[in-house]
Amino acid sequence: MADPGQKQLLGADDIRRAVARLAHEVVERNAGVQDLVLVGLRTRGIPLARRLQDRVLEFEREKIPLGELDVTLYRDDVHQRAPRTLSPTSIPVDIEDKTVILVDDVLYTGRTIRAALDALIDLGRPRAIQLVCLVDRGHRELPIRPDYVGKNVPTSRHEKVAVRLEEIDGVDEVVLIQSATVPA
Amino acid sequence: MSLELIAPPTSARTPTSAVPARQIGRPQNRRRRHVLDLDDFTVEEVERVFQDTIEMKNVLQRPIKKVPTLRGKTLVTLFYESSTRTRVAFELAAKALGADTVSVAASSSSVTKGESLIDTIRTLQALGADFVVMRHHQAGAPYVVAEELNASVINAGDGWHAHPTQALLDLFTIRERLGRIAGVRVAIVGDILHSRVARSNLWGLMLMGADVVLCGPPTLLPPADFCEGLPWTFERTYRLEEALEGADVIMLLRMQLERQSGGLFPSLREYVRTYALTEERLARAKPGALVMHPGPMNEGVEIDPKVARGAQSLIETQVTNGVAVRMALLYLLSGLPG
Repeated sequence: MADPGQKQLLGADDIRRAVARLAHEVVERNAGVQDLVLVGLRTRGIPLARRLQDRVLEFEREKIPLGELDVTLYRDDVHQRAPRTLSPTSIPVDIEDKTVILVDDVLYTGRTIRAALDALIDLGRPRAIQLVCLVDRGHRELPIRPDYVGKNVPTSRHEKVAVRLEEIDGVDEVVLIQSATVPA
Repeated sequence: MSLELIAPPTSARTPTSAVPARQIGRPQNRRRRHVLDLDDFTVEEVERVFQDTIEMKNVLQRPIKKVPTLRGKTLVTLFYESSTRTRVAFELAAKALGADTVSVAASSSSVTKGESLIDTIRTLQALGADFVVMRHHQAGAPYVVAEELNASVINAGDGWHAHPTQALLDLFTIRERLGRIAGVRVAIVGDILHSRVARSNLWGLMLMGADVVLCGPPTLLPPADFCEGLPWTFERTYRLEEALEGADVIMLLRMQLERQSGGLFPSLREYVRTYALTEERLARAKPGALVMHPGPMNEGVEIDPKVARGAQSLIETQVTNGVAVRMALLYLLSGLPG
């Protein structure tokens, strides 16, 4: 990358291969696609979940139902920041007794996933919830671990991991950004 | 911000010029703390409230109609005037967001002005209220309270001045049905002079680019220059037929029967004969025109019962949307330090 403050971790081909592998892992672990529901966490979890759906459709010839979830109303930091505009939560099937495959771009503190678990359980009682993330950057603050990981990236808390996806950002890449205000 | 464009000289804003400086709701360049009137809302902020309201409606349609967003927060409703739907809608909204609610019905006999109001407010402060939803017979009272309190204040109606949450739910309901507000022709009919609902709706409709006609008997219409200083154009008419011509939405106001003794109109019968919305008169508006009323209705006075319960009536939708809009507003005010 031209920008010295940024380092590319994954390029478009890497992301494509990672998504393909994750799709296979999900199907293998669950011995098929029966009773699976993909749920993307906004914002970038949603296109990722859609890509997983496409991949699985290619090799299993079955379309896993796909939903989207905005966990804002369940976050534990709503009182510490300006309230974000809400996005739609829509899950087209009843998740009761289904296996929900939660999809997010970056797994960091685990707080978003904690909120997502609460939100999902309010919508029904899934048989199981599994977690897919494209990047696991560590620094968990809660006892949460992913079931499927695209890439493990050791990071410092001062760094930022940006996942950029074609559907939203016009480009497929994952970059590590050095914060300009890093304390020495 | 476009706020400056619509900033009125304070004296021209309302017939009761008791309202102190604007911008208390959201000091410049800072996040909104209070909802006192629509005059400090921008188009973007109204749109944002609409977007959040749609999601709040979804929450209300789930098997578990509750989210934990405001858990541990307390909302106090402080009503110096009677109310059913506004107070209940706020309580349901707060509960759906996980907050606790306390209802204080100030009996109007114990309330004079000034000190007693301030004392009540200080008590609420000491009890740890995070949101105070307030209705008061004096225009401007919520502004006084907002200056005194650390909590967020929401105006649920002050005198003739404003009822911003009603206007927002009306705007949302129009937008939900028609897909837009800009260019929609809205007739507001009835006792405009005494109506805070009309005033807040006029503000909101003008902000969002609607085409408005105010209609009522001459004695119940505010003077032609009551919005002087504002870059607004709207029509005024005494003739209901004119107001209904081409209307997409007809917003009726409650005939405030308690003011009938003031000699502002000759008789209720005459009012009904001239201004009541009947099926025949509704037929003069655009086909399928929407009928709205903030409630409580005087059926058989400003609205014929057949119209109130007819296919074109949105009156129950307004009540339902009222909960979701208030959830969106409480959410908008959340996240304050402390």
